[in-house]
Amino acid sequence: MSYLLHLVFAPGFFGNGPVRVALLAGGLVAVVSGIVGAFAVLRGQSYAGHALADISVTGGSGSYLAGISPLWGFVGVGVLAAAVMDLIGVRRPRGRDLATGIVRGAGLGLAALFLYWAATSSSSSGTTISILFGSMFTISTQTVPLIVGLGAAALAIVGATYRPLLLSSVSGDLAAARGVAVRATGVACLVAIAIAVSLSAMTIGAILSTALLVGPAAAALRVARRPGLAVALAAGLGLAATWLGVLLSYDSYYWPPAGHGWPVSFFVVALVFVIYLAAQPAGAWRARRARRREEGGACSPAS
Amino acid sequence: MTTDRIVTAPSARALSVDGVSAWLAGREVLHEVSFGLDRGEVVGLIGSNGAGKTTLLRVILGLLPASGTVTIGGSIGYVPQQVMLDPDLPIRAADLVGLGLDGNRLGIPLPSRRRRQLVREALRAVDAERFAGARVGALSGGEQQRVLIAHALIGRPALLLLDEPLANLDIRSEQEIVSLLARIASQQQVAVLLSAHDMNALLPVMHKIVYLAGGRAACGPTEEVVRTEVLSDLYGHHVDVIRVHGRVLVVAGRGDDQPGEAHPAEHVAPADHGELRP
Repeated sequence: MSYLLHLVFAPGFFGNGPVRVALLAGGLVAVVSGIVGAFAVLRGQSYAGHALADISVTGGSGSYLAGISPLWGFVGVGVLAAAVMDLIGVRRPRGRDLATGIVRGAGLGLAALFLYWAATSSSSSGTTISILFGSMFTISTQTVPLIVGLGAAALAIVGATYRPLLLSSVSGDLAAARGVAVRATGVACLVAIAIAVSLSAMTIGAILSTALLVGPAAAALRVARRPGLAVALAAGLGLAATWLGVLLSYDSYYWPPAGHGWPVSFFVVALVFVIYLAAQPAGAWRARRARRREEGGACSPAS
Repeated sequence: MTTDRIVTAPSARALSVDGVSAWLAGREVLHEVSFGLDRGEVVGLIGSNGAGKTTLLRVILGLLPASGTVTIGGSIGYVPQQVMLDPDLPIRAADLVGLGLDGNRLGIPLPSRRRRQLVREALRAVDAERFAGARVGALSGGEQQRVLIAHALIGRPALLLLDEPLANLDIRSEQEIVSLLARIASQQQVAVLLSAHDMNALLPVMHKIVYLAGGRAACGPTEEVVRTEVLSDLYGHHVDVIRVHGRVLVVAGRGDDQPGEAHPAEHVAPADHGELRP
């Protein structure tokens, strides 16, 4: 038993300070991203989430130049970009893609300038790598309360707007006829997405944060039968991918090339990809089972 | 420009539309439209594509600004036109019906026996209990319509608005939905206003018709409204109304007293195609 535990958990895993912070912060971020991501996928806003993740590079690089915590930059620019996307037409499907693409392009252009200035003002390329691909093991304990606060804000937004979000994801007209403020609900969701990808940018990096937003959610929506179950499953899958990613990254210190652990972001994103692939046959099996149940005349009540 | 939109306590009169005019992109789509509906009535809102049917429904719902007065005697249930439901959406029929009850409220719904009971009753009313647990996007067009009607009915509305509910349905599903709506109107004393470009499917159940053409409306019993003089006046040029084997065809006239030639491609504009080519 002890041998097996040593095989899975390399010596010192649980006693390592940065690992404990990574498990805590990464776990929180994974749960927030999974829950918010479920709504992003339900509402067809995966591309908006991807764009907001890309744009957060601007905030991260800008905050490095300004000498403040990158998390403030990620969140500030993300929320601002969400507002601009709404203002210039993110509500209509065609206008939404156009607005998203235009804001994303402008944001990335600015990010290129900031990253250039950051690279030329320092001899190290660590800042750029850290912004783009994250550094879960370097998150400071002082940042954790901020992550908790922002994560709670994102969850409060989707929790408060849970029913209007679900109804408007089925049909905007249906929701409007029921008295839902469809535009305000959409803006709230976009802000929650911006916060979620900003938090992910801290853990797995700005350009990889879409994976944590969309991957577990897409897998969960494929498998689950109910919206509530899908949201919970997305959080669980994201958490599992993150914690397992931290473990594998820690263990990889002993893998070739020895003495250089593999990046945790790589493991998290790879695991999310594997989870998504595994959900496809599972989803097909669920659909076949549901059809058989329906043909058998069974019905289940609403929750 | 604002609509005087008055919602009163539930009363026998479910809807009064008085002198409503609406503009879209600077074009007057509705001109001084007036009609009313009592509870238990089934009324067809008939007109060709672009006649303003959806605009009128959206004005009644308060989703579009217009001039005039709309008075509603209670709440409204609404079934929009062509809801594209993704089969991968993990929303069951029962979930969607439940959202008709409290989809506009903030917070996460808590499990409740009362809620489950209301959902079950709404699904039973539209004969959709057996697919309560199925993903709504995986259902057929007719089944989805039933679920959407249950979603609209669960709030016990005085008025049920349906925008082209028969579009894209096969003939059997079309007849089933029409019969279902007539039954609901009678049993639940709901006023049903449904738009369609084919009046024929509705003829057996329609108490009244609201015929829209050229931005104007004529309202009354079908046999009084769907007449050559009334529709010619509405369209602003001569049309003929022909009754064949119990079906009504609105045919473009030639401008004299003779009926127009019945050439399906050019001149015959059966109401079910909604085109009128003089």
